[in-house]
Formats: sequence, structure tokens, C-alpha cells
Amino acid sequence: MKITQISVFLENRKGRLFDVCSLLGDNEINIRALTIAETESFGVLRIVVDKSDVAVKLLKDNGFVANLTHVVAVEVGDKPGGLASVLKVFADNDVNIEYMYGFVEKFSDKALLVFRFADTDLAQQILAKNSIKVVTEKEIEGL
Amino acid sequence: MIWKEQVECADPADLKNLQSDYLRKLTAYIYNNCPVYKKKIDDAGVKPEDVKSIDDIKKLPFTTKVDMRDHYPYGLFSTGQSEVREIHVSSGTTGNPTLVGYTKDDVKLWSDVMARTMCCAGAEPGDTIQIAYGYGLFTGGLGFHYGAMEMGLRIIPTSAGQTARQLKIMQEFKPRIIACTPSYALYMAEEARDIGIDPAKGNWKIGIFGAEPWSNSIRREIEEIWNMLATDVYGLSEIIGPGVAQECPHKDGLHIFSDVFYPEIINPDTGEDVADGEDGELVITTLTKQAIPLIRYRTRDIVSINYEKCRCGRTSPRISKIKGRTDDMIVVRGINVFPSQIEHVLVGIEGTQPYYQIVVDRKAHKLDEVEVLVEVEEKIFSDEIKELKELQDKIRKEIGAVLSIGVKVTLVEPKTIERSMGKSKRIVDKRTL
Amino acid sequence: MDIPYWNKEIETADRATIEKIQLERLGKMLSSALRSPFYKRLLGEAGISSGDDIKSLDDLHRIPFTTKDDLRKSFPTGMMSVDMEQVVRIHSSSGTTGIPTVIYFSSQDVKNWTDLVARCIVSTGATSKDVFQNMMTYGLFTGGLGLHYGAEAVGMTIIPIGGGNTKRQIKVMKDFHTTVLHITPSYLLHIHSKLGDVGISRDELAIKKAFVGAEPHSENTRLKIQELLNIDAYNSYGLSELNGPGVAFECVYKKDMHVWEDAYIVEIIDPKTGEVLEDGQEGEVVLTNLIRHATPILRYRTRDLAFLHPGKCECGRTHRRLSRILGRTDDMLIINGVNVFPSQIEEILMQIPEVGTNYQIYVNKKGSLDRLIVKVEIYPKMFLGEASQLDALKNKIKEELRSSIVINAVIELHEPGALPISEGKAQRVVDQRPKM
Repeated sequence: MKITQISVFLENRKGRLFDVCSLLGDNEINIRALTIAETESFGVLRIVVDKSDVAVKLLKDNGFVANLTHVVAVEVGDKPGGLASVLKVFADNDVNIEYMYGFVEKFSDKALLVFRFADTDLAQQILAKNSIKVVTEKEIEGL
Repeated sequence: MIWKEQVECADPADLKNLQSDYLRKLTAYIYNNCPVYKKKIDDAGVKPEDVKSIDDIKKLPFTTKVDMRDHYPYGLFSTGQSEVREIHVSSGTTGNPTLVGYTKDDVKLWSDVMARTMCCAGAEPGDTIQIAYGYGLFTGGLGFHYGAMEMGLRIIPTSAGQTARQLKIMQEFKPRIIACTPSYALYMAEEARDIGIDPAKGNWKIGIFGAEPWSNSIRREIEEIWNMLATDVYGLSEIIGPGVAQECPHKDGLHIFSDVFYPEIINPDTGEDVADGEDGELVITTLTKQAIPLIRYRTRDIVSINYEKCRCGRTSPRISKIKGRTDDMIVVRGINVFPSQIEHVLVGIEGTQPYYQIVVDRKAHKLDEVEVLVEVEEKIFSDEIKELKELQDKIRKEIGAVLSIGVKVTLVEPKTIERSMGKSKRIVDKRTL
Repeated sequence: MDIPYWNKEIETADRATIEKIQLERLGKMLSSALRSPFYKRLLGEAGISSGDDIKSLDDLHRIPFTTKDDLRKSFPTGMMSVDMEQVVRIHSSSGTTGIPTVIYFSSQDVKNWTDLVARCIVSTGATSKDVFQNMMTYGLFTGGLGLHYGAEAVGMTIIPIGGGNTKRQIKVMKDFHTTVLHITPSYLLHIHSKLGDVGISRDELAIKKAFVGAEPHSENTRLKIQELLNIDAYNSYGLSELNGPGVAFECVYKKDMHVWEDAYIVEIIDPKTGEVLEDGQEGEVVLTNLIRHATPILRYRTRDLAFLHPGKCECGRTHRRLSRILGRTDDMLIINGVNVFPSQIEEILMQIPEVGTNYQIYVNKKGSLDRLIVKVEIYPKMFLGEASQLDALKNKIKEELRSSIVINAVIELHEPGALPISEGKAQRVVDQRPKM
């Protein structure tokens, strides 16, 4: 149920993002979702790709510091209030969200969002209990 | 005004006799009271009786910073701790700091050489001095304080920092003399302009600047901006603190008080004296200290020396401004910093030995800034920004605690720090001093 | 018990002798005060134009009170009573709105102060054999240099370390066999909590006594300190307006602090009416300095609340004991030993444009130390959507506070509307600390 996200450490330097993306692109790796968290002095690039293991090795071999994190890809109704209703379920059940971001494209009539939870196991329980669909790693690879 | 004319303008022959007398007494004293020195002197194959004149100083062994570290805390002392009236501490290379102590007479000596220093810079009885060197374990603040007390000057002990207040005090009390680091003087000028004060109309007329190396071009800048006489003071806590040497208004070298601090200029590799006027490492012997006198202490500062009588009338020899170091120590905001201290901290955190680089810079008229670049490797990388920031903070705090100055810590990507032959270049000093 | 004295004769003089000295010195002090513009006017208005006009201590009430505001308004030389030529030291304390209050000392004034501090040190049983780690700030603040001068006179080994850098403080304590500390009570507790982190145990330290001051604290806190650290803690009271440390100090019996009545006239008044209260009654401490002539201070309202003990101390000293400080009559905060007025903090914040009109200041405890938290609502017009801008703002506020009032504050950024609205002149500074 958990999917893999790759986190990459980047300085706030011109072109670093381009370097990552072109490296992945040159090696036939597709980025499905991405976001950058930045501070004054550095950033953490978070990406969900179609071939995580290949991607992370590729990045490391090319001198990037990268690691893997477990996140959850949640389907959300693609209409006004769709996200809000999912978030209400989390709020009502004390599920804390560390961060979230969207997939690059839609793959069905639903929107797909990446969530990093403080307690992933609890989140998954609550999602299951509330019949909120979660997309698996295999399904992502196939998208 | 010359504070101790008899000694400061002494005939070279008389001075030599005095120094010889002191050295004989010192050698016997230190030999009989400090087991560590006794061993050093024995190992050099010398007996106290062999030291008859100041020229025999060459027979005695050198003392280094390593000796001070190895025998921390009281190993190099010649008195018991109960006779030590005051203690000061300065940076050590790694681990232990350097400890120095003063008996009551040592404090008197310090007061005396500081009074000589202030008079040499041009201070006169009745003057007001603003002491903006840090007060505390650093010898700057209290050294100037004792000297000013000795001279009977009016003291405003501002210590360092709180610039707005420093400037307000300058305006209200019109101190003729300012004592602080040269970079702080330039920094205060900038702040002055920001709050609408014209430094050229400031009240400071004489500056006694030191604790960090500074060039003649910085001097010209300070003098122009502040419309004051900017003089250089030299000292180091191992010897006494400030008060080892001072420029007179002719600004043609710093008069070293050689009756009590005997100078030699040596080739740092061979230990032999350099030829007249040549650059070499300054070695100092404290001829009259009681608590922790040092014989032939290698300062690691590179200078040249001039024995000619100065136009001011003083016959004490003059050392040049500091031209460099024989080691990798740098001075940041008046504080001695050894790269190894920073390395020690980095290794202590997370057990890692990351590649790091220390970049020191000073933007025009701002204070020195130290940035420590630390390469992020997998072991310390976390997806959580919070954790990365905490790591950054932890490193910053620990280095700050060791160095006593604030530093900036920047996490950088791997392999971005220059490596030369496997050993990375540890310090990049971008300042023009 | 063998009671140590610095000056036994004066410390155990009978009341009649003390009062005679007080009256004599008061006369001389009035003469000095009349040489300052401020007191010339103030005393003139009260019908006092010479030192002889006060013929007995009962007439003290004829002298009007002096307040902090008076000091501030007299800056710089309104209260100076000698020519600048005779001034050898200039000290200062914090002011209400950043204008410092200035105190001048002649060389005799410094000698008198030194002697008084030496008296304080010796009354605790400390001697020239002690190693003294002076952890109070050195500089314009009188705390550090005051004890330094006194310790010099007693002949102690002094480590003039000043404040901060806990790791180093502990290491120095161990390496140099410190036996006596001068420190705030909260910092002392903080040191205790950090021993483990530094890897040094209490057994490796030789500390025996601590002179604690600059922060009001309860008897329970003192007992806690003594128990945790296995030392004797002596309460110290002073304020720069009246020299600095050395106004009152505990003796070996530690039953509150002897005020040196040959050097100060102490009164306790009702802060609302100004009426002088009896020994045992709690009120505002008012002090008259009898030994500093460059800046005379008469009947100074300290805004500290305390009472005077009616009974005698076992040590045999005839100088009355002042209780520990029980509170303030104003809103001054003491944060880790540093005096700061909420108005100072507010003034600093108002000068930063990105800080909107709504902010809140909290003081609470982090472990043993005080912590200042400034909560600021983000001013919507100034928000550019970048984390770096927010970081920079936080750092700017932090730096301004640090360089003006020497306090490291924690800055929190909040959404507009998140903080309680300050209605009118509502309290914007909330002290959440439990009484120590």
C-alpha cells in the first residue's frame, strides 16, 4: 500500500533541479509526481518515479545524496470539496500530515495525491476504514 | 608622554645589563619551581649557572603551544595555585584551551605595560577611554582596564557589541581614545552612517587597535573615515595579553617592551636567528613574570625587527606589523581560530568525518563572517527538512561554543568541496586584511 | 561558629553608632547632591539648601523620592555632582526605553564600593584561598566588575569568565577547581542539568559556595539549589543605581541579607502612599547611598518589594536584614538575570516593518532557564510566498532583539488573526513562569 518516494538533497544553486531531471530523463525514467521543500539555504526534492530502484541508484552514482521514503498515493474526488472531504477524515481521526503534493497527471477520473504521514500505519488503517482508495506501487509502475 | 622613560629610553648597554640580570634570576626561579621546565632545561644539557648574560638565552630550550596544551592546566606554572590572583584562557588547537595565570605582581606588571602602551599611543592623564574589547576570559578588556586604572584614565567599560550604545556613548562622553578591533572600528563607522552620525566628526581621536592582523591600507581607511590616529597594539595571552608591543604616533613599527618581554626573531625551520631586518618567527621570553613565565615562547607570528632608536625617543626595538603565521591559525573578530577545532566538533557529531571547508569573508565594513560548509552524505541525510535544519543548528551551536563566535553552517552537496591530493583545502580566507 | 568579618567594628557597631554615622554621611551626601542640577532643584523645592538642613534621621522624609524616570531624564549629567575630571568610571544599567541610565564613580567611590563588596564576600566565609568563578556579565553592567573588585581586595583567585557557554563554564569549574560562583539561580540550576551532557559529575567539581543574585527567587529555590548541587547558596542584592552588587548580602547563617547601614539608609514604604512602614511590613525598598559622591542618589524607589527583619541575626551583626525580593511594583521583567521592560521589546518590534500591529510576547521556562518567545503575525502585504523570506524575517527579529537587549528570543510566525487581539492598552507581555 505504501509507495516509494525518492528524496534528493539540493543546494539552492542554479541548474541543480535541471541536472536531476535531465539525468532521469536521459535514462528513461519518468517522473510521476514532484515537489520541492526549500529553506533559506537548501532544498529537498521529492519525487515519485516509475522505476524507483533504478532511479535512486542512478542518482547516487552521479553524486547526488538521495534516500527513499514511504508515502501513500491517495485517490481524491476531482471536484471542488474532493480534497477537503479526505482531509476532514484525517483531521477527525488525528492523522497528521507532514506534507502532500499532486501527481503530474490524472490517471482516471480521480485526482491522485501523494501524502507523507507522521504515522503511515495509522493513516492506512483510517483510509481503509473510510473506503478511500490508495494506489499501489505496482499500479504506479503501470500507469 | 613616555610612561617609564628610564626603561623605555634606556641606553642599549644598560638595557642589556637589566635583561641579563632578569634572565639569570628567571632561569634559577623557573628551574627551581617548575618541574616541567626543569626537565626541559636538563634535557637541553644546561644548568642555571650557565646562563650569565642575555646572550646565553640561546642555550635555553624553546616553549611551544603544544607544551602549553600538554601541560594543561597548571604544569607550566612556577607558583602554586593559591598565589594565582587571576586566570585567563584563550583558544587551544584542539581539546584543551590555553591557560594563563597572574600573581598580584604579574597584574602589576600587566598594568604597567598597558600604561606604557596607552601613553605610547598618545593617551594623556585626564583622558577618557572607551574599552570596546571583550571583557572576560579574553585578555583584551581587562588588560586595557588595568592599564587605564594605572594611568588614572576615565574608563567607560563598554566591552564589545551593542553598537548603537557604543556610538551613543561616544557622542555623550566624548572619549578621546577607543580601544577595539580594527574591523569593529570599520563596522561601527557603517552603523554610524546608518543612524545619521558622521564618523569624521566623531570624538575618538586615538584608536588602539589589535587582536587581529590588519594592514596599512585598513589603517588609512580607519583614519580617513574616523578622522583619528589609528595605532597598532600587539599581544598574546601566553605572554601577558595586550601590552607586549605598541606603535607610537610615528607608526613606524611597534615598540616591544623588551626589558620584560625579550624578543628574538628566528627561522621557524632551523631555530636560528635570522639576519638583521629579515622576516622570521617572533620568539618571546617573559623575563619577570611569576605565575607562568615562559622561556623562548614561539608565537608563530612572522615579523621583522628594527633596533634603531625611534624618533619618539624610545630605544625599545620595534617589530613590524604581523606579516603572517607559521601555522594555519586565523583570527576572526579578534578571536584565534584553529581549523582543527572545527574538525574536532564535526567528528564529534554523528561520528562522521564529513568533508568541510571554512570560508572566512568580510564584506566592506562589516564584521568577519565564518561559513562552515559541510558536505551532506547519506549517513546524515534525512527527508525531513526539520531534521536537516536541526543538524545544521547543532553543528552551528557546537562550533559556536568552542570558538565563542557565531558561525553560519551551510549544508552542501557531496563532492562540491575542493579536494587536493586527497586532503581538502580547509580554509578559504577571502578577506583582504 | 567562628564568624568571619571584613570590618568587625563597623559590622557589629551598636545602633546608636550606626545612626550617628548615617546622619553624618547623609549631611555630606546632601552637600554633594546639591552640586548636581537635579538635586539642587529637587531639594530646593523641598526647602533643603544645605547639608545642615537635615538635623536628624527623623527628617529624612523631607527629602523627596527619586525615581528611575528621574535618572532617565537626567541623562547624561543631571545627577553628576563632581567635575568630569574626578570621574574615573562610568557604568550604566538598562533603561525603560533604551536610554541608559548612567552612574559616575570617582576613585574614592570605587574604593568604597570595593570595600563594601569585600565585606559581602567575607561575610559568607569565603577567603583568599578560594577560587572564584565570576559568571556575571562584565562591562557597563556593574555585576561582573563589582564582584571582581571585591574579590581582588579579598585576594581570591579570580576567573573572570562572564556568562554563557555552559560547556566551557563546567569544564573551567572542573579544571581550575573553582570553589565559589557568582551566578543567577536559574543559570545555576541549568548548569546542574547540563552536567550529564558534558560528562562531568558533581564529584569532580570542587564548588562550595554560590553567590546568587540578579533574579528574585524563593527560599524553596535556594534549598533546591543547595540540595541538588551540595553547595551553600548566598543571596545577593544590589542595583547599579546604588553602586551595583554589595548593597545587601547574606552571612553564614543565610537568614536573609544584611543591608550595610553605614553605607545605605534603607526604608520600606507603601508604594501607593509613600508612607514609611515598620520593620516586618512588606513594601517598596527605598535606598539612600551614603558612600558614592560622584552620583549621589537619595531615597531611590527601587520598585522592589520586600520587608526588613525586626530581630537580630545570630552572627552578631547589627545591620538589619532585608528579606528576599518578593516582587516588583512595575512591569519590569528579569530574563535570565537581565532586566528588560516590555516597552523596550515593543519598541524594537515596532521598528521592523514586516511585523504588523499584532504580536504577543511570552516569557516562560525551558528547563531551568527563562525563555522569551515573540509571536508575530505575518503582515499579509509583506508575504511573498517564500520560505526563505520567512526565515530571514525570523532571523532579523531575533538579531534586533539580541543586539539591543542582549536576549536570545524564540521567534514564532503566525497567520494573521491567530493571536489574541490586544484591546486598547491590553497586556502584550505575558509572563507564564511559575514563581521561582
